[in-house]
Amino acid sequence: MDAVTVTDLVIDRGRRRVLPGLSFTVPAGQVTGLLGPSGSGKTTLMRALVGVQRIRSGTVTVLGEPAGSPGLRSRVGYVTQAPSVYPDLTVRENARHFAALYGAGAREADAAVAGVGLADAAGQLVADLSGGQKGRVSLACALVGSPEVLVLDEPTVGLDPVLRVELWERFHALAAAGTTLIVSSHVMDEAGRCDRLLLLRDGELIADSTPAQLRADGRSEDLEEAFLNVVRAREEVAA
Amino acid sequence: MTAILDRPAPTHLSPRLTAATAGRVLRQLRHDHRTIAMMLVLPSALLGLLYLLWKDVPTLPGQAGIFDRVGLTMLGIFPFVVMFLVTSIAMLRERTSGTLERLLTTPLARLDLLLGYGAAFGLAAALQAVVTVTVATTLYDLDVTGSTWLVVLIAVADAVLGVALGLLASAFARSEFQAVQFMPVVVLPQFFLCGLLVPREQMAGWLQAVSDVLPLTYAVEALQEVGRSAEATGTMWADVGIVSGVALLALALAAATLRRRTA
Repeated sequence: MDAVTVTDLVIDRGRRRVLPGLSFTVPAGQVTGLLGPSGSGKTTLMRALVGVQRIRSGTVTVLGEPAGSPGLRSRVGYVTQAPSVYPDLTVRENARHFAALYGAGAREADAAVAGVGLADAAGQLVADLSGGQKGRVSLACALVGSPEVLVLDEPTVGLDPVLRVELWERFHALAAAGTTLIVSSHVMDEAGRCDRLLLLRDGELIADSTPAQLRADGRSEDLEEAFLNVVRAREEVAA
Repeated sequence: MTAILDRPAPTHLSPRLTAATAGRVLRQLRHDHRTIAMMLVLPSALLGLLYLLWKDVPTLPGQAGIFDRVGLTMLGIFPFVVMFLVTSIAMLRERTSGTLERLLTTPLARLDLLLGYGAAFGLAAALQAVVTVTVATTLYDLDVTGSTWLVVLIAVADAVLGVALGLLASAFARSEFQAVQFMPVVVLPQFFLCGLLVPREQMAGWLQAVSDVLPLTYAVEALQEVGRSAEATGTMWADVGIVSGVALLALALAAATLRRRTA
């Protein structure tokens, strides 16, 4: 079953057309990577998936309902690129607040904080944490609702390699338990960790594929190079 | 091409989520000791300045002293102004930090969020009013004929009005500079026309008409009623009702102008 279906999605921001007409599906229970350079439309697309982006035309369906429907708000979690938590609250207070909004309790909140490796910092004000730690608080505040679909905008930026690996293991454990994850990144070395890949460039979908398929299509074991080869091949066709 | 309409989502009010929001706002305040100190002490200090200003000014026999009249009115104006400023900045912070957008993706209804703010700052205002009224009546000999609890009640209603108008104004502010300037826009005309500077009967007819539709006018009238009657009057209750009604209306308007989907 598909968790997300996007059909002919057109989005303008200001006078600029950011997404000129996207269509794709995201399978449930997998980690789907949304990759592309900065400015390719990843964040705009993710905002559309959670229903906070005004769209020009097209449809976005999540778990069988229009994106942003009231019924979806407890089933879809969203972690923005910049940590969106309260700097003047402690880690624990942030997690408990979002837990309350999702109808979860203090125990789930504390478990979510421990789950992102911040149990020791639970009593600290978020303002006093490092950038990477703030990002993890933001992630904990989404995990606390045990969403069925988790939309993560560049969740591993600024994390040390060990933590990054741990987070990816976490993402796959969640997917194995049935959660659908959509993770954006602008670094291609994370593409290899995804089950499926959506490659975005200037608002256009360059590839809807798997890492193995992309390596084969781009004739390279290196995903970055494979991506470049695919882009060049497309440009040659267009020329 | 038909654009997808941005239909306002139904607001399913939830007392539990309103309480969660109020609790969160109060916890944020609790971590900010200086703000708490300023909220509690500043109105009393400013009132003290007014007390000293008029202490030695002679009053006509048979008339209430100027401080008794102005000081009492100030007990309603301070919470209105302070809460207007605090909430318009707090809401702007929610907007710029991304927490507002995040909240809008959760089951929290928009009116829950705004009522939560109203409840939290209403509670803070109640504490502020108890401190200010106690200081005013003991240290500055402020003469109130009616019950001081009614003064506290009116101060809280004024504070909630300030919160509601602050939340509404913040919907139109795109930057901190704009948000701060909404204070004189919203507050000063109401202050000028509320009947404190010039009695309303002596105003030009059209100014009096403008004053009739400004909520602070009723807040001030309610305080004046408590100032001169031992018992709570019908006019006072009507005034409190008008202030509270306008506050609720402004909260509903603020919820309606809060867009879930943005460009």
